Amino acid sequence: MNTEEENNLNEEVMSTTQSAFRAAFGLALFAVLTAGLIAFAKLGTNERIIEQEEKARLAALYALVPESYRNNDLLKDSYLLTSPNATEPRTVFVAKNDGQASALVLPWTAPDGYTAPIQLLIAIKTSGELLGVRVVEHKETPGLGDKIDVSKSDWVLSFDGRSLENTTATQWQVKKDGGDFDQLTGATITPRAVVSSVYEALNFFEENKVALLNQSAQSSLDLAQAGQ
Amino acid sequence: MSSESTTKSYQDELKTLSKNGLWNNNPALVQLLGLCPLLAVTGTVVNAIGLGVATMMVLIMSNLSVSLIRNFVNDAIRLPAFVMIIASLVTCAELLMKAFTYELYQILGIFIPLIVTNCAILGRADAYASKNNPVFAAVDGFMMGLGFLIVLMLLGAMRELIGQGTLFADMQLIFGESASAWKITFIGDYSNFLFAILPPGAFVGMGLIIALKNVIDDKIEKRKAAQESVKTGSKRVRVTGNIS
Repeated sequence: MNTEEENNLNEEVMSTTQSAFRAAFGLALFAVLTAGLIAFAKLGTNERIIEQEEKARLAALYALVPESYRNNDLLKDSYLLTSPNATEPRTVFVAKNDGQASALVLPWTAPDGYTAPIQLLIAIKTSGELLGVRVVEHKETPGLGDKIDVSKSDWVLSFDGRSLENTTATQWQVKKDGGDFDQLTGATITPRAVVSSVYEALNFFEENKVALLNQSAQSSLDLAQAGQ
Repeated sequence: MSSESTTKSYQDELKTLSKNGLWNNNPALVQLLGLCPLLAVTGTVVNAIGLGVATMMVLIMSNLSVSLIRNFVNDAIRLPAFVMIIASLVTCAELLMKAFTYELYQILGIFIPLIVTNCAILGRADAYASKNNPVFAAVDGFMMGLGFLIVLMLLGAMRELIGQGTLFADMQLIFGESASAWKITFIGDYSNFLFAILPPGAFVGMGLIIALKNVIDDKIEKRKAAQESVKTGSKRVRVTGNIS
């Protein structure tokens, strides 16, 4: 009697472990299959995605620096810069007219975007005046914060022609905070982040102007320790 | 004879599926599922179409694959298996959008990966696809997705029109350069009506659409009832003119 019960119990334990194993095996199989599917899709689209990203970046780059400012190859006249703004080196492009530097395109990050850091390209004339600013990567709220993207609204063009000289430190803020720049309807955090970042970048440029403009092409420059 | 009856029931089932997806059991209007993306991205028609089509594709594929494996998964691992399928399909959709509609991908941003949290997808996988054959399951996914897409577009059109005074702006993000001419500006110098653009406007717009659906349903119901009462021989008295 007793042993029979024990046997039953044993059988039950056996069957539960067995079904648990079977379930685990099944799930593992699914994990492999679905991961394979993703890997397959990634392989299939990878090349095109890189191409698209590169295209977007180049389009932003060339739109920033009008042709009257350059007759050189921006991609060639570039160097890697390590700035206090980012941990890893990023590419700076120098626009030249007949070998004479006329403007500089500085990559900059606004770390305090609404959802994620906002990646900017900031074009500055040698005089310190802004040629323009473009947002190259952001995850701001669709319909609100994404208006910083030039394809969505003209807001980012309000930087054109600004400099540290013609705009005071207090004016380098959104209107809500007493500055000169419009905030976007329904989103203040995003423009605030962009405005303060551009201001920071201009100051960085002003302080390191000589080093930034005289750096030779295809080299790397470390200004991570430069005071801001 | 029997084959005739099966084709008939086949057609019936397809008809029911379409009716359910588009109207009677519309995921957005009746089941009220997937409201987070629905409310978040319907600021313009183009955003609505982008997310709607992506959701529809994921729904069709997930319903199809769930139905194909329905006899191989036991109850214990059913849900995790479905979640894995849906998650991988959404990742694929994200990669495809990034590759082929890069600008739209940038605009929709976080809401593409968030398709995975759209309960309508897991809901259909569990409620329908896991119990029916692949053809029906795929049709169900298509119809539910279409129902969702239509509501998204309707809400997007409402909010774009009231919020920005335009319709079909930025369509080139999906349909290529020639589509930039599709934009219709209703009010030239329109200062945006912020309420319609912000999420509260989405809630109110959604509420109005649901209310409208209920009113129509009510009318249909009443008409049906009236017809039936006539059929069964009504005892209405026809009164013309005033009795004074």
